[in-house]
Amino acid sequence: MNAATPTRRQLLRGMAAGGFILAVGIAGNRIAVAGDTSTGAVFAPDAFIRIGTDGATTLIMPQVEMGQGIYTTLAMLIAEELDVDLATVTLAEAPPSDALYGNPIFKIQVTGGSTSVRGYFLPMRRAGAAARTMLVQSAAARWNVDPASCSTELGTIRHAASGRTIGYGAVAGAAARLKPPAEVQLKDTRHFRLIGKPHHRLDTAHKVDGSLQYGIDVMPEGVKFATLCASPVLGGKVAHVDDSQARALPGVRQIVVLDNIVAVVGDHMWAAKQGLDALAITWDDGANAAVSTETLWQGLQAAATQQGVAVTKGAAVEANGADVVSARYEIPMLAHAPMEPMNCTVHVKPGACELWVGTQVSTKAQRIAAQVLGIPPEAVTLNNHLIGGGFGRRLEVDMVERAVRVAQHVDGPVKIVWTREEDIQKAMYRSVYGSWMGAELQDGKPVAWSHKVVGPAEVARFLPPAFKNGIDSDAVDGAVETPYLLPNPAITYVRHEPVGIQTCFWRGVGPNNNVFSTECFVDLLAKKAGKDPLDYRRSLTDPKGRAHHVLDLAAEKAGWSMPLPARAGRGICLQFAFGSYLATIAEVAVDDDGTVRVQRLVTAVDCGIIVNPDGVVAQIQGGHVFGLSAVLHQQITLEKGRVQQSNFHDYRVLRIDEMPQIDVILVPSAEAPGGIGEPGTVSVQPAVANAVYAATGVQLTRMPIDPALLARKA
Amino acid sequence: MLELSINGEVHRADVTADVPLLWVLRDVLGMTGTKFGCGIAQCGACTVHLDGRPVRSCQLPVGLIGDRKITTVEGIGATRAGAAVQKAWLDLDVIQCGYCQSGQIMSAAALIASTPAPSDADIDAAMAGNICRCGTYVRIREGIKKAAAEHHA
Repeated sequence: MNAATPTRRQLLRGMAAGGFILAVGIAGNRIAVAGDTSTGAVFAPDAFIRIGTDGATTLIMPQVEMGQGIYTTLAMLIAEELDVDLATVTLAEAPPSDALYGNPIFKIQVTGGSTSVRGYFLPMRRAGAAARTMLVQSAAARWNVDPASCSTELGTIRHAASGRTIGYGAVAGAAARLKPPAEVQLKDTRHFRLIGKPHHRLDTAHKVDGSLQYGIDVMPEGVKFATLCASPVLGGKVAHVDDSQARALPGVRQIVVLDNIVAVVGDHMWAAKQGLDALAITWDDGANAAVSTETLWQGLQAAATQQGVAVTKGAAVEANGADVVSARYEIPMLAHAPMEPMNCTVHVKPGACELWVGTQVSTKAQRIAAQVLGIPPEAVTLNNHLIGGGFGRRLEVDMVERAVRVAQHVDGPVKIVWTREEDIQKAMYRSVYGSWMGAELQDGKPVAWSHKVVGPAEVARFLPPAFKNGIDSDAVDGAVETPYLLPNPAITYVRHEPVGIQTCFWRGVGPNNNVFSTECFVDLLAKKAGKDPLDYRRSLTDPKGRAHHVLDLAAEKAGWSMPLPARAGRGICLQFAFGSYLATIAEVAVDDDGTVRVQRLVTAVDCGIIVNPDGVVAQIQGGHVFGLSAVLHQQITLEKGRVQQSNFHDYRVLRIDEMPQIDVILVPSAEAPGGIGEPGTVSVQPAVANAVYAATGVQLTRMPIDPALLARKA
Repeated sequence: MLELSINGEVHRADVTADVPLLWVLRDVLGMTGTKFGCGIAQCGACTVHLDGRPVRSCQLPVGLIGDRKITTVEGIGATRAGAAVQKAWLDLDVIQCGYCQSGQIMSAAALIASTPAPSDADIDAAMAGNICRCGTYVRIREGIKKAAAEHHA
């Protein structure tokens, strides 16, 4: 167990916080929302496993499912050791409890940072093994035989010598009276039945027929529908609202005016939206009315003149000298735009509150609601749902806070759904970041290396205890531990919180900036040294190392040395991030007008031991698409403090007709598991930028790609 | 009171004629399988069939539907093409978060019902209106080819 073994009282409290189990009609695993309420679950040895007298098994999922496939992976880990048939288990979302369900890496209940398998690989297996041990002990005691003479097979205990068998359910009651073992023996990897073999997803049967309820789909009895408009400028306030026209519209029931939010409640979303559109709202924009994209970049560059905090002890590269190379790389402000728009359904009752939402941070969601209402967190019942896309956006609870503030003024349950425009324009955003790089070359190779990272400290805001000595571990992630043999690198960090926007994590987090800048800089150095980018990287990595290996695998698969037509090129990203090694090679063609077409991505992955290989492939494929959208199409820009993009026509997401071929190579490994949700997003940006460099001779130093800089000169 | 034929059943909704079908399905009739993604026909999450043809329900005022037959993701499994798509989607583990997949499945089912062996260009043309933020396009393409092969076998 990762956390201390929970007490019976903690378990009951966790269970009491649960709501209902979602009834679903078609074949496939049952998915239960908001914790375990399975009746007859007499055996609850820990926070994760429930077995009833009928053998019905429920596995409590401490990480939320938002598409990354983690329900399948965690269930595989438990089932590997518990020895149950995955086809028959119910998967239940954990209720809010940091004590019971805190992520082993963050210590609070959070799904993010590509940490699930890294954090839970052993705890889930230990939970399964401990429960199995107790069940076997109970059966052995009943038969009066040595537990070591018993074996298990998919929920059944067998005593070979006597030929007797008994189901887990029949001994569940007796097992519940045993003390969990202090130590458990985990399976030898050679005997894995599930781990390392592709397994179909357990969460998707109800996603093909519309029966799965996301947060946005809940319909509590008597629910009303609302949509809202927050101040278009961060920190702005409502000055005046003329609601005369809105009130006259059919289906409009209530208009809620708060200091910085206006919401309309109606019989359905359309009525609420028509009502909102009919309001004449005058805003007092406040202090951020002059913020623009230009001021964001200026702020970043001004911050870069500061010395910053030394993250490593290396000496900075001096700016002068014949063989000194320096460069600056910048990445833009981005929105997450998950397909399920922000939403939260709230029923405020006297001294209590019920929430329905899909969140990556259950306990934070519960606490913010409690804080708004001035009630204890335990008075807030949270029904956490499977999520229609997170990408970091649902690590934040602003959508819960706004919903509860509105719902306070509404009688009965109310579903607050943001329009897509609200979702793009009033969000929390990936900040601008920048990297200032320097290197001194000797015989073409770096003998000194400096990397100054400038960006916000998301960890300091999100998880204050993890922010130490002025260094944000996320902001510098990917800058400090590179795949390269660099002599005494000088890594520094300048904390810069941009004015006028609220920033937050975005899939790929710190490495998005640092791997991009490192990899583009390595290409620049290769060019100065007159070396091929692949050969140059090979010369900078340990030939026996994991980075070198994935690099060679990707290069071979991509046909690195095969000639390409004019204005086509290949580019490499080699990275170590989230505990995983990736080499991605992009192949692009650049049209005369500067349009970049990405034709192929080849990625070799060494993420240590793999639980579900097909899940890893899916995360790389999807991560690449997420990264491509950003590199090719996405930037949030500001004017007069307002976001200029509003929906998918001007904040574009890659579409199927722009898809490259994607090849993924998995490296078999017995190393500790690495994260896989984010690496594929990270590696695309530098690989594509380097491919464009190869195709055109132009190194783009600010994302997204600006075709105007790549157009063929007349 | 409007009458709508949805998945072979008659439903009644007390709404004005201008309300888009999407919100009648979701908020009035409680059929939440059809998803809201953008509200401006840019993402395809709200795709339903009208007499077998894919339409964006966020842009379709209910008053214009008349007696045409509506099929939603809740009912698409009752069609051969829909069932083939659902099966291929599960066989190939196409789905990640799944939120856009109601719309993807509706667009894909319409495609394979009308096109026996869709080419990559056919798939691009039929599916480019459906955004997937998780990036499942590689498998959507494979899934359509598999479903089409089984449907027309």
